[in-house]
Amino acid sequence: MAISSQISNQQNLKDWISFGIVLLIAFVFLKIYPSKTGSVIEYFWQYTMEMVLILPAVMLIMGLFSVYVSNNMIEKYLGKYAGIKGMFLSFFLGSLPTGPLYVAFPIASHLLEKGARVSNVIIFLSAWACLKIPQELMEFQFLGWKFMFLRLFFTVILVIIMAKIIEYFFEITDDRL
Amino acid sequence: MNAAVLLINVMALAGILVAFMDDREKAILSIKIAFKGFMQILPVTLIILIVIALFLGFVSPENLSGFIGQQSGLGGILLIGVAGAIMHIPAILSFPLAASLLEKGISYTAVAALITTLTMIGTVTLPLEIRQLGKKFALLRNGISFVIAIVIALIVGVAMEATLWQ
Repeated sequence: MAISSQISNQQNLKDWISFGIVLLIAFVFLKIYPSKTGSVIEYFWQYTMEMVLILPAVMLIMGLFSVYVSNNMIEKYLGKYAGIKGMFLSFFLGSLPTGPLYVAFPIASHLLEKGARVSNVIIFLSAWACLKIPQELMEFQFLGWKFMFLRLFFTVILVIIMAKIIEYFFEITDDRL
Repeated sequence: MNAAVLLINVMALAGILVAFMDDREKAILSIKIAFKGFMQILPVTLIILIVIALFLGFVSPENLSGFIGQQSGLGGILLIGVAGAIMHIPAILSFPLAASLLEKGISYTAVAALITTLTMIGTVTLPLEIRQLGKKFALLRNGISFVIAIVIALIVGVAMEATLWQ
């Protein structure tokens, strides 16, 4: 985890610098086109209010998951099961923990070393990337349940197909990594 | 206050209450991690909010419709998919961004492509992924993810437009 925390610290500083630049650009734009100021500020507050209502709760849910679902636990369960059960578990366990995708790379690497199926590791990483529970609550909020449900449903189906294809590529050349 | 906001806040509150009953230390740790995560994501969140406000204030739907609107073809979808693959912003921020695009008349297909490539593909973290999981694994995963993201986007787009759902 040393790598990821180092990345996030450097990243945070860069992000604040970027924020300063974006803020400056916004001011310059509004100085050049003062007539737009009213609507830009109105939109800013509209979206900020939506974030204020939702983001603290999302972060809290993420915090709870990271305390109650440890990486070791995931590795232990995922290494154990194969078949439909393993597939289901890969989706489920991938959707629980939080953090950016690169945090999941070392877990995936361990799983492969321990002999987990390539397809399950792909499913696990994909679930981690785009089937997060707190993340999906944000999708529900901003894009509606219809869009969220459709996108999730087809993502699950296509991720399974992708996992099988990638596993096939590994099987034909008969190498593990 | 809509259903989503209510649901999320009730979940968070119930979760933290249960955590406090289970183990005070763990509950406090959860709050600390949540706060740290919030501070991590704050600058990018503010950037996205400013970008959204500028975008909504300055760009008219007419400017965009030829580019990635309803009538544009696969080219626009692929382009927005590539943009999503390259962009390095936290997944949860892709949703307000997507909502602002929809507000300007960009198709559901394009928005689904953006969200899916943004979350599944990491161009910036690709070197890290190659180092930890191997070149073959990383390239196959990112490459095929791009293809399925476009397929997902096309299906979701068609399904959202279908009258059955209105």
